[in-house]
Amino acid sequence: MDTPYILPFDQISSADHDRVGGKCASLGEMTQHGVAVPPGFAVTTDAYAEMLEFQGLKREIEALLKTLDPDDVVNTERVARNIELRVRSHPMPEPIATAIKTAYAAMGDNMAVAVRSSATAEDLPDASFAGQQDTYLWVVGADQVVEKVRDCWASLFTARAIAYRAKANLGQIDVLMSVAVQKMVNARVAGVTMTLNPTTGDRTKIVIDASWGLGELVVSGVVTPDNYTVEKVLMAVIDRKIGDKHLELVGDATAGATIEREVDAERRKSPCLTDAEVIAVATLAKRLEKQNGCPQDVEWAIDADLPDGENLLALQSRPETVWAQKKAQAKPKASYSMGMAGIVGTLNNPLGAKK
Amino acid sequence: MDVQTSMFPSPYDLPAPKGAEDWRDLYPYYLKFQPQLREREDAKFWFCDSQHWPNPFRPFDAMTVEFAVKCLGQYNTRHLLVPPANGVDYRIHNGYCYMSPVAVSPDLIEARVPQFMERAGHYFANWDSLIENWHKKVKSNIDEMEALRFEKLPDVVPLEWIKEGRGLDNTTALIENYDRAINLLYRTWQYHFEFLNLGYAAYLDFFGFLKGELPTIPDQAIAQMVQGVHSDLFRPDDELKKLAHLAVELGVADTVMNGTVDDALAALANSEAGKKWIAAWDAAKDPWFNFTSGNGFYSTDKYWIEHLDIPMGYLRDYIGRVQAGENIERPTEKLLAERDRITAEYADLLDPDAREAFEGKLGLARTVYPYVENHNFYIEHWSMGVFWRKMRELSQLFHEEGFWPDADGMFFLSRQEVRDALFDYGNAWGTGGEWIGPHHWPQEIERRRAILDALATEPPKPALNNPPAVITEPFTIMLWGITSEAIESWVGAGQEGNELTGMAASPGLVEGPARVLRSPDDLHLIQQGEILVTPVTAPSWAPVFGKIAATVTDIGGMMSHAAIVCREYGLPAVTGTGTGSSRIKTGQMLRVDGNTGKVTILD
Repeated sequence: MDTPYILPFDQISSADHDRVGGKCASLGEMTQHGVAVPPGFAVTTDAYAEMLEFQGLKREIEALLKTLDPDDVVNTERVARNIELRVRSHPMPEPIATAIKTAYAAMGDNMAVAVRSSATAEDLPDASFAGQQDTYLWVVGADQVVEKVRDCWASLFTARAIAYRAKANLGQIDVLMSVAVQKMVNARVAGVTMTLNPTTGDRTKIVIDASWGLGELVVSGVVTPDNYTVEKVLMAVIDRKIGDKHLELVGDATAGATIEREVDAERRKSPCLTDAEVIAVATLAKRLEKQNGCPQDVEWAIDADLPDGENLLALQSRPETVWAQKKAQAKPKASYSMGMAGIVGTLNNPLGAKK
Repeated sequence: MDVQTSMFPSPYDLPAPKGAEDWRDLYPYYLKFQPQLREREDAKFWFCDSQHWPNPFRPFDAMTVEFAVKCLGQYNTRHLLVPPANGVDYRIHNGYCYMSPVAVSPDLIEARVPQFMERAGHYFANWDSLIENWHKKVKSNIDEMEALRFEKLPDVVPLEWIKEGRGLDNTTALIENYDRAINLLYRTWQYHFEFLNLGYAAYLDFFGFLKGELPTIPDQAIAQMVQGVHSDLFRPDDELKKLAHLAVELGVADTVMNGTVDDALAALANSEAGKKWIAAWDAAKDPWFNFTSGNGFYSTDKYWIEHLDIPMGYLRDYIGRVQAGENIERPTEKLLAERDRITAEYADLLDPDAREAFEGKLGLARTVYPYVENHNFYIEHWSMGVFWRKMRELSQLFHEEGFWPDADGMFFLSRQEVRDALFDYGNAWGTGGEWIGPHHWPQEIERRRAILDALATEPPKPALNNPPAVITEPFTIMLWGITSEAIESWVGAGQEGNELTGMAASPGLVEGPARVLRSPDDLHLIQQGEILVTPVTAPSWAPVFGKIAATVTDIGGMMSHAAIVCREYGLPAVTGTGTGSSRIKTGQMLRVDGNTGKVTILD
């Protein structure tokens, strides 16, 4: 695709990371490592930068930012709303819109897609910036996609995002944004997997939260998901807690949106994953951990339209941040008794006595 | 808990089952809880070792617990001076044995450390050469035992003995050979423990280290890291598989499959190919058929070499499966690759600082571990097999002379009483008078048999008296897997519903129909794909492990035979469920989760 504005996932190289943001970079990396990822493309930061320069948008935003008092909540809300409205109503430069529409058309006829922000400051291991920007699910039609891309850009200026950047001393206008346009998954089950136990930091475990439908309800905490624990090395399911999954988020093709619906009584309390599926999800997460060289937080879904064995898709993989930071804190150097001294120690203080 | 009530009953309040009131006559005084020592004995916690001795002892067989546990103790107490632990005291009550570890007084522990370091250190530093020497000692013991003869007394002392001026009669060798057999067995059991305690200690050091670094690592994962796949314990089964392949290759499979063992061997002898196969069969027999379908601790154990129909049954089953194109081999390469993968992946999860310690402790554990597995063949199977065979020969001699009506009568006498019977036999032979034994023993044996049958109607208590607040005794934990948690689970043993919990001893999840077995004699009932449910298994059940889908046992821990065999055969196992074999019925559908230790009855 001969445009600086678009990069399909299978063409994103590590040199492009600054232009596609964390989420798209990860999707690109996974795609190129052969991990099953729904196809799609990144709208690069070049497009966003071009938009800012187009007809003086950047100047206007800067003027509005001058009125910002980040310590004043009401003021921040007002400034944010003004900027968002300004961006949403700003025309997209024609070459960018055309590039997006062309790339979208190449995915298939009126394909339902997810449009997600992929900010360059988001998802960094030490900046829990995730979820600050918008995600639009089940978007259908080229004009809609273009509109949602622009909405994503506008979401850089929500009050939360502005306040966060002010607190973190990040420049308000310097943060560039890329947008991911990705084939929508018709998720039967979806969830989040950590390649460590998030409550203990135990790296020998993989912990899976899973619920019916799309994963957004798991991430936002609207449902109590099933919670599975897998022993990472033996790859054995060692614990299953079945949640009461009363709602599911599913696509509605006619409305071009997702809808939340009640889950019937029987499905609510039955496991949403078989043991084989739990192991498949854990295997995927373990692979991503190995690929990335550190514990991962993986979003995934099982697509109802794909055959068994090919239906598990990775939606996102990013480094786990909480325990990574704790680990970095200096730990006293342990000493170990070896040989006979070790054996004497073990005999004098056997394991059962330590508990 | 109420201070007045102990968690487990006192042996002094545990009556004998009806018909077994006189059980105390069967065992020597030092094996029983003495009335005048009640206060002292009740102050101790005793746990039942039903893992090694699940059935009430015949008087002669009590020797196995005496020699085994005494010799275990001597290494801690007198050879190695294990700092915190002496041996394990033991008693027989209502036919079952109960153990109580003997602690070292805390103020003496420190002084034992340097002695232990020097003595045990010598063993660890010279492990391989000392093991080599051990094999020689054990083999020479076996050879000497094998050479012992028990011959009926002749009418007259041989003329040549007169002419050479020997000056001794035929009773001399009879009595000496009996004493020699007992002494050789005593030596055997000392050798048994020469390395075992140290082997477990090194393993436990590695185990404890990993549990410290990775607190939630499953026990079975640690066991998998050190376990070998070429243990001598699996040789008998591997030999049968080789013989099955050979029979098919030589085209004599149908002949091997036909008739009794004798029929088959006679038919095979008619062809060159058959003779070739017989040669391989004979070669495998010595020593690998010195293999019991029990655990070696009972005179009732059946050894393959004396019951060739047992290995032949397994062998025929293997031939059938080879002919059906099935792969009967243990997946040894897969198991080794899996062991390496598991080791490498857990090593990766360790702190870099802990890596060196991991490698060191793993190295030592892997050095010592083969002994922990292999010794079982050389002692419990081979040595004990020869011993029991010799003792059966002696019992048979007495039986033929009219001392008892059944061939196995001698095992209802204690080992000291057998000396008495031998003297009686030689005494009247010498005086020219009449034996007393044939008038004394038949009814006494009958009485004892009835007592033992009555004892067997009641299972043992898991323990006696009150456990210590925390179990700290290393050998209780290491050898019997008894921890404070385990004791709690015995108390709450009345598990309800359709779920049983035990130890996750070998990984995997399967469903299948149950086959509940109480005796190795019923092993032939097992059908392909069934889940074996049994109080306790022995390594010699290995041939059925190629057929079954999983194992569930009442007794045993991570290092129990069932656990070791299942891991080596790649089958799920849940051990130590307490009540599995009584709650589960043959034919019920089960789900066995060897990862979590849960067994679910699905019907």
